[in-house]
Amino acid sequence: MAIIPNPHKTTGFLGWIDDRFPLTKLWKDHIAEYYAPKNFNFWYFFGSLAMLVLVNQLITGIFLTMHYKPDATQAWDSVEYIMRDVPWGNVIRYLHSTGASAFFVVVYLHMYRGLLYGSYRKPRELIWIFGMLIFFALMAEAFCGYVLPWGQMSYWGAHVIISLFGAIPGIGPDLVVWIQGDYVPSDATLNRLFSLHVVALPFVLVGLVIAHLIALHEVGSNNPDGIEIKKKKDPVTHIPLDGIPFHPYYTVKDLFGVSVFLIIFLGVVFFAPDGGGYVLEKPNFLPANPLVTPPEITPAWYFGAFYAILRAIPNKLLGVIAMFSSVLVIFLVPWLDRSKVKSIRYKGPFTKIALALFTIAFAVLVYLGMHPVSEERTLVARIGTAIYFGFFLLMPFYSSMEKTKTEPERVTE
Amino acid sequence: MKRLILAIAGLTLSVAAFASEGEELPLPFKPDPANLFSVQRGARDFMAYCSGCHSMKHLRYNRIGEDLGIPEDMLKKNLMFTSQKAGDPIISSMPAAESEKWFGRTPPDLTVEARYRGADWIYNYLNTFYLDPSRPNGVNNLALPGVAMPAVLWELQGWQVKPAEAKGDAAKPEAGEEEWHSTGLTLVQPGKLSPEEYQKFTADITNFMVYAAEPGREGRISLGFKVILYLLVLTVLTYLLKREFWKDVH
Repeated sequence: MAIIPNPHKTTGFLGWIDDRFPLTKLWKDHIAEYYAPKNFNFWYFFGSLAMLVLVNQLITGIFLTMHYKPDATQAWDSVEYIMRDVPWGNVIRYLHSTGASAFFVVVYLHMYRGLLYGSYRKPRELIWIFGMLIFFALMAEAFCGYVLPWGQMSYWGAHVIISLFGAIPGIGPDLVVWIQGDYVPSDATLNRLFSLHVVALPFVLVGLVIAHLIALHEVGSNNPDGIEIKKKKDPVTHIPLDGIPFHPYYTVKDLFGVSVFLIIFLGVVFFAPDGGGYVLEKPNFLPANPLVTPPEITPAWYFGAFYAILRAIPNKLLGVIAMFSSVLVIFLVPWLDRSKVKSIRYKGPFTKIALALFTIAFAVLVYLGMHPVSEERTLVARIGTAIYFGFFLLMPFYSSMEKTKTEPERVTE
Repeated sequence: MKRLILAIAGLTLSVAAFASEGEELPLPFKPDPANLFSVQRGARDFMAYCSGCHSMKHLRYNRIGEDLGIPEDMLKKNLMFTSQKAGDPIISSMPAAESEKWFGRTPPDLTVEARYRGADWIYNYLNTFYLDPSRPNGVNNLALPGVAMPAVLWELQGWQVKPAEAKGDAAKPEAGEEEWHSTGLTLVQPGKLSPEEYQKFTADITNFMVYAAEPGREGRISLGFKVILYLLVLTVLTYLLKREFWKDVH
């Protein structure tokens, strides 16, 4: 089918544009006539919030890049220059540093929403895959950005993470040198991580976000009941009976969500930008020193769970495999869930118990990843790792075996 | 819905478990960088006692002047010993390579020390020097065991000793005797300042260092109140807007 220019037959100046560019069509398809289920709850704020935080990161990042120096001898000083001599530089920097943590908070909650309501199930598998690719790119982006201030933990964090590639048999050690551009993290490393952080990965992220949204708008949003609103349409208008246009209903609702989110987010930015040492870590107030290893090398909180899984495995290579698998396994969720129903509301007790255990295990792993190891903690981390993988790998069994409730015909309040 | 609430509660509880598990410092201290007079005194004392060896290379003299309301002539007379340009940063005249030979390490730059160590650590460090013949300088420190810095403030504080641990309770004098701090150190030779005066003196320096670690702190906090106030109004408006639009959704 060929593209029909100006399908909405607009006239005047708008018509002139619509004859040449699908402005009205894009607006209607994606916003004004995108019909979303009317029963979205609290969990559905995090998609738009993730977008807001992404925009915040891009804008504040542009201004930070104007003053930051990607040079091992100047990077740390240039951050203090931003903090002191750039007008409101401290606020711009805090918006960016707090934004990184906020990004993970909203993305984790957004992903959790998907798990709760089965938003990854057919026909939304690709939305989930794009989302996971966003998560993957976001982790890479956050890692690169974390290194840029070139503080002690930036440096040693980079050292630990890049050296993980050294566990790959055969090519490992050469690969580490190739990634670093040197035998240890150095100016060359800082420069390439800067390039990835400000050019390559933001491109990838924005591209994936667009793909995520195109895929979403193609099939329509899921909802807390996990039923398809497109199955019950108005016979005349063909609009889903339980659907409401995204604009104005969800634009105004999301505006309210944004206001509440900003109170919390800017509360941290203005009153507690260190975030108790979890947003800005104390060791990063000391410039990187390749000769002095800090007493503890801890990852940023958002990597805690994956780092705990890495350390829970006694063998380095297997640990690295487990860590990467713990992210990759999330990609497979659409095919692991064999339940007859999508939403947690109608699933049986096994899924509910499994999800509860997974939630606890994930939180415990985040905690353990950020704290020094001990014998007891390693044991707990191993149990947590087992639950983490069990939740995913046993899903085909517990999701298909349990007795589910009957889904309603129409969405519930 | 109940389960969702439980799940959220679980997440929240685990976040609460993040509460940090720092080392114990003997003296509790809450910095007050908003106390202008304290920070001004701290600036004067830091420049007099600390800046000979320690730089604050990210802090300019005139920034101190602007933030603390010190006119430039007073700044030049009382605070600036190594430079006459008000726009210069605070650089000590201590040569880096030689000082490493003299002390075992170059005196570190202290611009963001308060954010690296914490204000309570600095306050404890300044208060817990004690005589220790086993150390090259003859002194040690409770907050930084094996300290390289000499007890440069001894004239003010006097000398403290750590009572031998074996003596235990026997060495503990009656409660209320003023030479006893909660540090467990005993003052054996008083300095120019009484223990209370010295604690106030070190509190001033600490407050100044907290200020120096982020001069934009006060500006950010005062802007923060305005921003949050605006957002509270915005939240009410957006809530009413949402409610108005959603009236016709059933």
